[in-house]
Amino acid sequence: MARIVAGVGCSHVHAIGDAIDLGKTEDEYWHRLFEGFKRSKELMSELRPDLLIGVFNDHGSAMPLQYIPTFSLGVAAEFKPADEGWGARQVPIVKGDPEFAWYLAEALILDEFDMTIINEMVVDHGLTVPLSLMFGPAKEWPCPVIPLCVNALTYPSPTGKRCFDLGRAIRKAVAAYAPDLRIVILGTGGMSHQIHGERSGLINSVWDKRFLDRLSSDPLELASIPLLEYVRETGAEGIEMVMWLIMRGALNDEVEEAYRFYHVPASNTAVGNIILMNRGSSG
Amino acid sequence: MNKSEDYSDILGTYLFDKRACAKGYALNLFCMSLMKEENRRRFLANEDAYLDLYTLTATQRSAVLDRNWLKMVQEGGNICYVAKLGATSGLSMEELAASMSGMSKDDYRKMMLSGGRPIEGNRSKAEQQVLVGSGRI
Repeated sequence: MARIVAGVGCSHVHAIGDAIDLGKTEDEYWHRLFEGFKRSKELMSELRPDLLIGVFNDHGSAMPLQYIPTFSLGVAAEFKPADEGWGARQVPIVKGDPEFAWYLAEALILDEFDMTIINEMVVDHGLTVPLSLMFGPAKEWPCPVIPLCVNALTYPSPTGKRCFDLGRAIRKAVAAYAPDLRIVILGTGGMSHQIHGERSGLINSVWDKRFLDRLSSDPLELASIPLLEYVRETGAEGIEMVMWLIMRGALNDEVEEAYRFYHVPASNTAVGNIILMNRGSSG
Repeated sequence: MNKSEDYSDILGTYLFDKRACAKGYALNLFCMSLMKEENRRRFLANEDAYLDLYTLTATQRSAVLDRNWLKMVQEGGNICYVAKLGATSGLSMEELAASMSGMSKDDYRKMMLSGGRPIEGNRSKAEQQVLVGSGRI
């Protein structure tokens, strides 16, 4: 049977992609950040996932304003990197797994999560930067990736509670999937950052660290945080952290924190990374 | 239920909500068109003519022509869309953020390297007034 072996929380910052693509990872500004992700890469390669569910928000690259789906799932065989205005990142095409993705879409919809189904989509830095950070430079990503897209651009995004519950529905759907797959779920975005208005550059490290602390032990409390607390305390774009709760909801109640890294700044953003191993029963 | 009054007291923040989404619709569509290299070239070759393709307000139009990033956001631009114009203009997200907060690129970077803009005094107008009044910021 398929099983989720681990969950990863990882920020996605456009400038991190630039630093990788332009060979600046050893620069003084970036060195400490990329040192912090060395251990993450080792752990990912030890985990040997057969498939990754990548939860991210599109940044107006694939999703036009004509329609704004709250939750959507990519069922295509491949997803090309988006040109976000600076030219497309020269990273591998994301290969999907249509069979699993359709299974997951059906299971979630029948479980009353009304997913939008996406047959064609480019993927932006929201997904490709965490893939670069977790897998390093690659000719091909080591496993298929199912993009799960969450609206975090137009207020309101889904609530933390709704995200957590969607994670639980993913957990249930995976447990009922017959093929023997080792799955890692990736929740991206955050941590504190605001990239618009006079309050740009806001960072709340105390809040971020408490979020990381409670992710293992008290996810239900995190799920009850109102959206406006994210906006007020962590910056308007810090609201992306609700996506980490989809990841957490998909894990067992008991998890073991295998790794954590926190760094300020990457451009305008506080960067967090956490790797949680599944423990206990998967019920 | 959240109402816009619940977050209108947050300083320097223009939540992309129902009002902004409606107000900035054409502006954001224009910005999104710049995801194509061909459109970026056409826009840069003749900005006025290209902008005629979109029904921007006069304020939005001059904000675009002046590269007034803060004004674009105030007029309904969503930063993720506005960033496509930033990219077309050769700017990074850090430079856009510095400009919107009225800081030089160097001062903004220094602030970020020393831990970012602090939360204390930036939660709400009321909090700022209390802290200013007590001389703590």
